[in-house]
Amino acid sequence: MTETEETGVVAGTTDESAAPLLRVRGLVRHFPITKGLLKRQVGAVQAVDGIDFEVRPGETLGVVGESGCGKSTMGRLITRLDEPTGGTIEFEGRDITHLPPGKLRPMRRDVQMIFQDPYGSLNPRHTIGGIVGTPFRLQGVEPEGGLKKEVQRLLELVGLSPEHYNRYPHEFSGGQRQRIGIARALALKPKLVVADEPVSALDVSIQAQVVNLMDDLQDELGLTYVIIAHDLSVIRHVSDRIAVMYLGKIVELADRKSLYEAPMHPYTKALLSAVPVPDPKRRTQRDRILLKGDVPSPIDPPSGCRFRTRCWKATEVCATTEPPLVALRTGHEVACHHPENAPDGARDDEPAKTA
Amino acid sequence: MGRRRRPRGVKGTVTAPIETTGAAAEAQPEAVLQGVEGKKIVGRSLGQIAWLRFKRDKVAVAGAIVVILLILVAALSRPIQSWLGLDPNSPNRDLIDPNTTLPSGDFGGMSWDHPLGVDPKFGRDLFARVLEGSWVSLIVAFGATLLSVAIGTVLGVVAGFYRGRVDSLISRLMDVFLAFPLLLFAIAISASLQGGAFGLEGLPLHISVLIFVIGFFNWPYMGRIVRAQTLSLREREFVDAARGMGARGPFILFRELLPNLVGPIIVYSTLLIPSNILFEAALSFLGVGIQPPQASWGGMLNQAVKYYEVDPQYMIVPGLAIFITVLAFNLLGDGLRDALDPRSR
Repeated sequence: MTETEETGVVAGTTDESAAPLLRVRGLVRHFPITKGLLKRQVGAVQAVDGIDFEVRPGETLGVVGESGCGKSTMGRLITRLDEPTGGTIEFEGRDITHLPPGKLRPMRRDVQMIFQDPYGSLNPRHTIGGIVGTPFRLQGVEPEGGLKKEVQRLLELVGLSPEHYNRYPHEFSGGQRQRIGIARALALKPKLVVADEPVSALDVSIQAQVVNLMDDLQDELGLTYVIIAHDLSVIRHVSDRIAVMYLGKIVELADRKSLYEAPMHPYTKALLSAVPVPDPKRRTQRDRILLKGDVPSPIDPPSGCRFRTRCWKATEVCATTEPPLVALRTGHEVACHHPENAPDGARDDEPAKTA
Repeated sequence: MGRRRRPRGVKGTVTAPIETTGAAAEAQPEAVLQGVEGKKIVGRSLGQIAWLRFKRDKVAVAGAIVVILLILVAALSRPIQSWLGLDPNSPNRDLIDPNTTLPSGDFGGMSWDHPLGVDPKFGRDLFARVLEGSWVSLIVAFGATLLSVAIGTVLGVVAGFYRGRVDSLISRLMDVFLAFPLLLFAIAISASLQGGAFGLEGLPLHISVLIFVIGFFNWPYMGRIVRAQTLSLREREFVDAARGMGARGPFILFRELLPNLVGPIIVYSTLLIPSNILFEAALSFLGVGIQPPQASWGGMLNQAVKYYEVDPQYMIVPGLAIFITVLAFNLLGDGLRDALDPRSR
């Protein structure tokens, strides 16, 4: 951990002194589209197209956005399950962007992933003991008191019975399987846990259990989370800071309170207005923003601001200039020319000709 | 660390997270452990579950019993012959009508001494010859299947796992092998190796050539199945999980993928065995497989063709042997497929 100075934008209200655990700069992942026998590249799916953020030790960063906005790709990039096309990823001050698998292996211990599909993420042919013990075997770690004892301790930690050691994944429910996935991710005491939609495949009642378990484990083990989800309530419940993604870009990055109370990006505002309100009286009072049209194709994203095609505030400048992600308030970064709840950056601009 | 600034539980628009009491959460595993009537539920591996499913399939179990019996008989065919005092190659000219060269008794010369009759011209005991043919048939079928499975699995897994150019290369290789005129090749190779090769001659040579020809040209079927399975398995999240823990290629191949491939490999090998038995019979029937006087089912059929109008018994006996064997293996294979992969039903 050598680099402590803030680069570019001012970020964060809390723990500014602490060096970031993870620092991502200009991260890009383009999936090439090839054609013909010679695999000529004719285009690229710009899944992640230049994102910057930091994760500080001990915090939970929530990443939210629509399907296909690049959240999961981002998660796979920072765990280095996928190779970035551009940009840098620094973990504890060390550049891991293009480390070969051999040099990456020690880092794997500190960065773990919890997967979305509790049915696909556990090998059906291995026992629970084998699955949770795999990280030890792969990293050559001999836990104190033996492997079996440690695995059983981990099972207890996530609320499963140690007797489940010799059972197989198919004998468990989705929520229990997700706990097994969590136990496996925590086996080597990682510093950073990336959870890709950890509860979206679960029943709502089970979601609460798993979310609270992750919360408790964070307190207990001092974990840092990056939680990717599309469910705003889950994100609100777990996150300290939230990044909103749209079409491969972060459009807003703020701490939970200021994001939910005073969203600045029109897209965030629209997203928040879509959260179901359980009270029918209040439901009629609030104004819902209905976004028109579909998310544009990431193969050929709109010029300038990517949200302008669906934005009710879009003007000429939105089509020509891409808004940079800047801090309009301390700890509240937004990429918009006409932010809500803040002075307009381009007030005198001509209204856009096409909405 | 631990900067929890908010109370956990329901608040505002939070719909999902509802506080569950620790007691309820802890009680859950126990509830799963106990069955409805408080009966202890036993943990079972996928293999045990497959076995339970298989046991319920009566037809498959019957097939399995026949297959086991056949294998036992084939393995012990020589001891059985000497125990019963039979010899597949000793002629009994006294049982042959010298005018017609046909067996003199009814039903192809059936008698207590020769329960399945004798063959025309020489009067050799058909029971002994079927017995002798069984081990030849099974050894060729098993050997050839083993060879195809070995080549097919290795190349299929490699093609599916590494994809890209390796996959293209192996897939084209499979196409080449499938396009090969197998029968002509078998005839040519057997004819050219008639005298002896690789230090082998006679029966061992014929058996090796059959195993090689059948096994070496059947692997693409196995390879394609394994490749397809590998392609779908490698996209599963548990492979990502292993990679995220620092697993190397071989670990993923052998520890994560192969255990999931065992089912389909077993099933398709059991279905490959009967087709290889038929293939061996066909080659021997054409005269390029096992050479007379060695008894083999295909070779017996070949001889029987000349007599099928006057001595149908001679054709029925080896024909039935092939029929029963192939049917039993197919029933077993189908049962195994249903048991190991219930979705494919």
